[in-house]
Amino acid sequence: MSSLPLLSLITMLPLLAGFGVAGFGVRKKAARSLAFGSSLLTVFLACLLWCRFDNASGDFQFVEYHPWIPAIGANYYVAVDGLGLLMVMLTSIVVPMSILAAWRVERNPSLYHAMVLFLQAGLMGTFTALNFIHWFLFWELSLVPAFFLVRLWGGSRRAPAAARFFIYTMAGSVAMLLSFLGVFYATGKLDFPDLAEMARHGALNSALAAKLGWRLFGQAFTARQMTEFVFGGVLMGFAVKVPMVPFHTWLPAAYAEAPSATTMLLTGVMSKMGLYGFLRILLPLFPEQSRWLRTPLLVLAVVTIVFSACAAFAQRDLKRILAYSSINHLGYCLLGVFALAGAGGTALLPATEKAAALSGVLLQMFNHGLTAAMLFWLVSVLEQRSGGLRGLNDFGGLRKTMPVFCGVTGIALFSSLGLPGLNGFAGEFLIFKGSFPLAMGAVSLAALGLLVTAVFILTLMQRLFHGPLNSKWVRLPDLTRGERLLFALPVGLMFLLGLWPQLLASIVNSTVVRMVGRLPF
Amino acid sequence: MNYPQLLSLAAPETILTLGAFLLLAVDLASPRDWSARLRFRVGGLLACAGCAAVMIWIGMHPGHINAFGGMLVVDPLTQLVKLVLLVLVLFAVLISIESTFTLHPGEYLALILLATVGLMFLVSAEDVLMIFVSLELTSLCLYVLTAFNKCSAKSAEAALKYFLFGGVSAAFTLFGLSLLYGLSGATNLRAIAAGLAGREGDPLLSVALVMTVVGFGFKVAAVPFHLWAPDAYEGAPTPSAALIASGSKLAVFFVFAKVLTLGFAGAEGSGAWHHFARGWTPVIALLAGLSMILGNLVAIVQSGVKRLLAYSAIAHAGCMLLAVMCHSGQSLASLVFYAATYGLTMLGAFGVVVVVESVAGDDKLCSFAGLSRRAPGASFCMLVFMLSLAGIPPLAGFFGKFYVFVAVLKTGAPGLGLFWLVALALAMSAVSFYYYLQVLKQIYAADSPPNAPSIRIPLLLRISLFLLAAGVILLGIAPDLLLGAIERALAAAGMDHA
Amino acid sequence: MLAWTIYSSFIGVLLLMVIPKDNAALARKVAILSALAGLIVAVAGFFQLKPGVMLHISTRSWISSLGAGYHLAADGVSLTLVLLTGLASMAGVLFSWNIQNRTKEFFALYLALIGAVYGVFLSFDLFLLFVFYELAIIPKYFLIAIWGSHRREYGAMKLALYSFIGSAMVLAGLISAYVVSGVHTFDLFVLARQPFPHGFQLWAFPLVFGGFAVLAGLWPFHTWAPAGHVAAPTAASMLLAGVVMKLGAYGCLRVAMTLFPEGLEAWKTPVATLAVVGIVYGGLVALVQRDFKFVIGYSSVSHMGFVLLGLATINTIGLSGAVLQMFSHGIIAGLLFAVVGRMVYERTHTRDLPALEAMGLSKSLPFAAVTFVLAGLASMGLPGFSGFVAELEILLGAWRAFPSIALVTGLGILISVAYMLRAMQKAFFGAVPSPVCHADQPPLEPVSVPERLGAALLLGVALLVGLYPRLLLDVIVPSFDSPLFDWLRKGGGR
Repeated sequence: MSSLPLLSLITMLPLLAGFGVAGFGVRKKAARSLAFGSSLLTVFLACLLWCRFDNASGDFQFVEYHPWIPAIGANYYVAVDGLGLLMVMLTSIVVPMSILAAWRVERNPSLYHAMVLFLQAGLMGTFTALNFIHWFLFWELSLVPAFFLVRLWGGSRRAPAAARFFIYTMAGSVAMLLSFLGVFYATGKLDFPDLAEMARHGALNSALAAKLGWRLFGQAFTARQMTEFVFGGVLMGFAVKVPMVPFHTWLPAAYAEAPSATTMLLTGVMSKMGLYGFLRILLPLFPEQSRWLRTPLLVLAVVTIVFSACAAFAQRDLKRILAYSSINHLGYCLLGVFALAGAGGTALLPATEKAAALSGVLLQMFNHGLTAAMLFWLVSVLEQRSGGLRGLNDFGGLRKTMPVFCGVTGIALFSSLGLPGLNGFAGEFLIFKGSFPLAMGAVSLAALGLLVTAVFILTLMQRLFHGPLNSKWVRLPDLTRGERLLFALPVGLMFLLGLWPQLLASIVNSTVVRMVGRLPF
Repeated sequence: MNYPQLLSLAAPETILTLGAFLLLAVDLASPRDWSARLRFRVGGLLACAGCAAVMIWIGMHPGHINAFGGMLVVDPLTQLVKLVLLVLVLFAVLISIESTFTLHPGEYLALILLATVGLMFLVSAEDVLMIFVSLELTSLCLYVLTAFNKCSAKSAEAALKYFLFGGVSAAFTLFGLSLLYGLSGATNLRAIAAGLAGREGDPLLSVALVMTVVGFGFKVAAVPFHLWAPDAYEGAPTPSAALIASGSKLAVFFVFAKVLTLGFAGAEGSGAWHHFARGWTPVIALLAGLSMILGNLVAIVQSGVKRLLAYSAIAHAGCMLLAVMCHSGQSLASLVFYAATYGLTMLGAFGVVVVVESVAGDDKLCSFAGLSRRAPGASFCMLVFMLSLAGIPPLAGFFGKFYVFVAVLKTGAPGLGLFWLVALALAMSAVSFYYYLQVLKQIYAADSPPNAPSIRIPLLLRISLFLLAAGVILLGIAPDLLLGAIERALAAAGMDHA
Repeated sequence: MLAWTIYSSFIGVLLLMVIPKDNAALARKVAILSALAGLIVAVAGFFQLKPGVMLHISTRSWISSLGAGYHLAADGVSLTLVLLTGLASMAGVLFSWNIQNRTKEFFALYLALIGAVYGVFLSFDLFLLFVFYELAIIPKYFLIAIWGSHRREYGAMKLALYSFIGSAMVLAGLISAYVVSGVHTFDLFVLARQPFPHGFQLWAFPLVFGGFAVLAGLWPFHTWAPAGHVAAPTAASMLLAGVVMKLGAYGCLRVAMTLFPEGLEAWKTPVATLAVVGIVYGGLVALVQRDFKFVIGYSSVSHMGFVLLGLATINTIGLSGAVLQMFSHGIIAGLLFAVVGRMVYERTHTRDLPALEAMGLSKSLPFAAVTFVLAGLASMGLPGFSGFVAELEILLGAWRAFPSIALVTGLGILISVAYMLRAMQKAFFGAVPSPVCHADQPPLEPVSVPERLGAALLLGVALLVGLYPRLLLDVIVPSFDSPLFDWLRKGGGR
């Protein structure tokens, strides 16, 4: 391994580029070129990471550790394992797509691209940090550019959407902060690997139980209750982010009001932050509590899946449909995660199933990120051409005027549906395969969601592409040569990953095995 | 003791008396074409010279003699108090020099000097007869000084009120003192105390005490004997008011403290919370409390600065009464310090009022509007004086109050029984802060009326104001200068643990 | 050498008194040189301090009849606050560069206030501390009464009276302590070692702590703060909210808590409860304000609640969080008031949020918008800024001492997010106005160089301390080893 601090670089680069872009004033060509260049450089760094990554080892690599504020247990601690690397790669791919989608942003483009770059820095930081304070810093910091992206460049009802987004997420973050303060108070540590190690041996629970005593109005809470409170706080923080029903109400508005290029980032990467948190933090640190609360959590996951699918079916706004569809796909990931959390008795669940479920979750995270980003990109193209319209009933018979566009969109939609051969299939399949033996009832119910998803996606396609052509759209131009080239890359990637999922799975295999092996159930 | 010896003992007073007569003579003999202003200046110069001469004499002839059984006590303490008194009178004269309210400057200044003589005898007296005579001498002079502005009906009214109240209170005082003589068979304070021993429960003693307190209470304008003060301060010509507020307060408080501490020694009682005992201390505590409350509360609604200063004088008298109440050496020192610095401050404040009166014709608050723009130096001096009265560090007023409070609490210890008084005093000084700020707000924050005439302050007045302000600041930053001298004098006079 | 912070300010005052009245430019130069001198000395002193060792500056006897001495010294806590004063005063002068009306008097009063504040932080003799503390009241009054805006006479008088009453309470307690202790000195080190009787401490502590807490904005004695801060001119508000409120908190720590530890033990829960009520109440009231400056005024009350909560926890981490929060809030409040008062109000002449909403300020004053956003994020406690570490430590300390209260505090953090967001949105990012009504308004003058310098200074410090808080923590925490903090070790300790 070279001594280059690759992970710090990959975080600092977008940050510095963001400052550079912000200083460019109104010269939009320079701004967006700089931003795009930076994002390509980030892709290059990610590839560098991939090449240097040791697939066989499931442990943390590229470790950088510096003590920072010992008084509160904060350290500058970055490293990646398979999960982290996957997320870093996803981020580095989605951001250039988003920048390209926003190539023609009119209002204050340098500030826009600066915000996008800051957001990328925040995301990179979140996915690589392994100390709570360090991680929390980037978690919160990624909120700010996202808020401004929605607030300043969004649609007509952006103000309440942005505010709600910010406050909901903050509320969850505060709950998480309080819980981790409790953890620090009990153990004196805030490094995730250390805490996970403690949790593996049950030491975390006993530390929490020993140190956290609380008497409210004379009534003392038991140790188990205290640990459940701590768990609840952390759960809250992530549940809002994923989102999990019923904490999802901020999402449709935010996704719809944000400019589509921003929504690509929100749905492609930011939503994965919550899931990443479940995998990196919640499950390793609080396995016992996850197991205790498994059933209600599974119920919520199923509700998320089914409800969001039905809700998507009822929408008329394209972006809202896709927003709910996003929730739906992430619900599958939640299903997989909670199914992992063991059930019934002390018998260890079969390892292969767990590994399958976990791999499925990871693959789904990556693939959904790519697909959803692609879908919103296409919606933005449609919006630009139609002058801002994006209603389901505004269009019809587009196949006649924009065949290539419809073709590409069709591919993306089918990938979202989970058609074998495209990238969306592998993840969903593995999740179902792995989770079914672990949580039969829940998975069966979740299959309903698959059905409804098929319905609304096909409806979408039918309404947009088929049927009589509205006279307004007769002269709608198809994708230009340049755009076709641009779209070819992600489409090609989708096919590649669909036909050869091993490309991704090879990265995460060892990590999955390690993570599954460490779960005490 | 023969006559020459007596004269040399009483030389300060004698010099001053002669000075007064000389002044009268010079004024009579002055050429007809000299304006009143010129005569005032000449007379003032003479008066100052006289005061200065007396101060030098006192400085050069320290003594320690108790003549005629306490009628004339010349010891380091009384000499120090006399020195301070003379400084105050000097400044009072300086302030009055440029006044235009009278055509008879010679008589005016002579009366000031004679009043001072009375005050000086008062300070030296430890015999009740002498005390009464000196008080009367001073009072008569002060009555006339109050009436001196013949063009103002208010002046005459003020003087009349002062005179009537004063007369009645003199009667009370005399009656009380005679009762004391009857009870104890002596007129010397210490002998009285010895004679009163064993007579604590005697109702006549209580009567005597009450009468004495009434009499002195009137002189210092303590509630409920204060009714003359606002009118007197407002109506009298400002320099007279200044003298009443400064010099006479110092001397009378000093004697009051001596009368109570020495004369009624043994009948103190206690005003401490939960340890209430009959005696003169709780009575004084009550007077002090009432004065502080009433003085501060009524001052809030005043619209004229001289009346405001009058009510604040009542409030400060309350604070000084606190020091009187604690019959210890430290409290006596704090009393003298407080009265001295208070006198300086009041002189300065009245000096600024003289400036405003000469320009605007009256002393209403609105006449002070925008003064900081028209007379920045005088405004700054007023800032110093007002803040010192309010008790803001690092000015002398703050330290005076602080030291009084320390003395009060030490008396009530152990158990801090007198804390309630200190708390009351502090609460009331918060109230006082409000109205002092009102004056300063007018001076600094309000805009001057359009077409306001520019202000030219005569040089002598300007110098006096600056000297007074400098003195207040200096005594605030280095109070040991005065306090140390007082404590040394107390020790030398043997009164440091009275 | 640190005493030169005090002297340079007062020398500045004297110089300003003698220069001619109309020469505003010269007045400004004197003021900024004086403020800069103070800042340089403060920074130098900061680096001169050896952590954990008391830095004695001057030990001279002053008033022998009382035993008061001219005793100046500094430890980590004092130096942090001295540094804060230096920074805030420098920024304040920069933000007052444009004052035309009675310039020299303004700066004279401003420097007098700064000098008194330095004096309080460096005094270790209680009499001297009190002298400086009370001396600070007068410049405050005049700064507001003469150069203030909205209802300035009322605001100034309220502030002055509340401060005076608070200090009267402190005086009563101090004199009582002096008399009861029996020692003839006001030296803090000596008095801190005196064992005061338990019964005495039980009433002396609330008296002295309450007196100082009035100035610190403890609920329900906080009502002077919004009125005073809103009425004050910008530089005065910056100093009032940023530094003067910390005088009160410092007094609570240095005097009340050091002298009366048993009283502290007995009264800590009511204090913590009041503090957290202040946090939540201040936040809720800020949420519904129509006047931009009132939002910031109430947010100051809320943030000072954090400081007082940290003080009441009586453990090292809570206390160090409290001191850090004093520093952090000083910088951030200064910044917020600077934007609201100087950048926005003096240009738009309105502080009404609905009116500002229609002005589209993010376009016409982009620098102000960015500064306010950053300052707002810092005020919310976003990681990366100084407020985060401070609030974190206070929360940790509070959990150790009062778990229920710690949870309510978390709620308070959320409320602060809400009101800051609302203010930010309404003031700067309101709906873009129609071109018609915008065209006939004269363009707002751009943000001047002194303002930019001031904003950059404060933001830079907030970021620096946020990213590397050990800069201050390494100085603050070792100072808790001195004998003045014996009560901390005996009380909760770690």
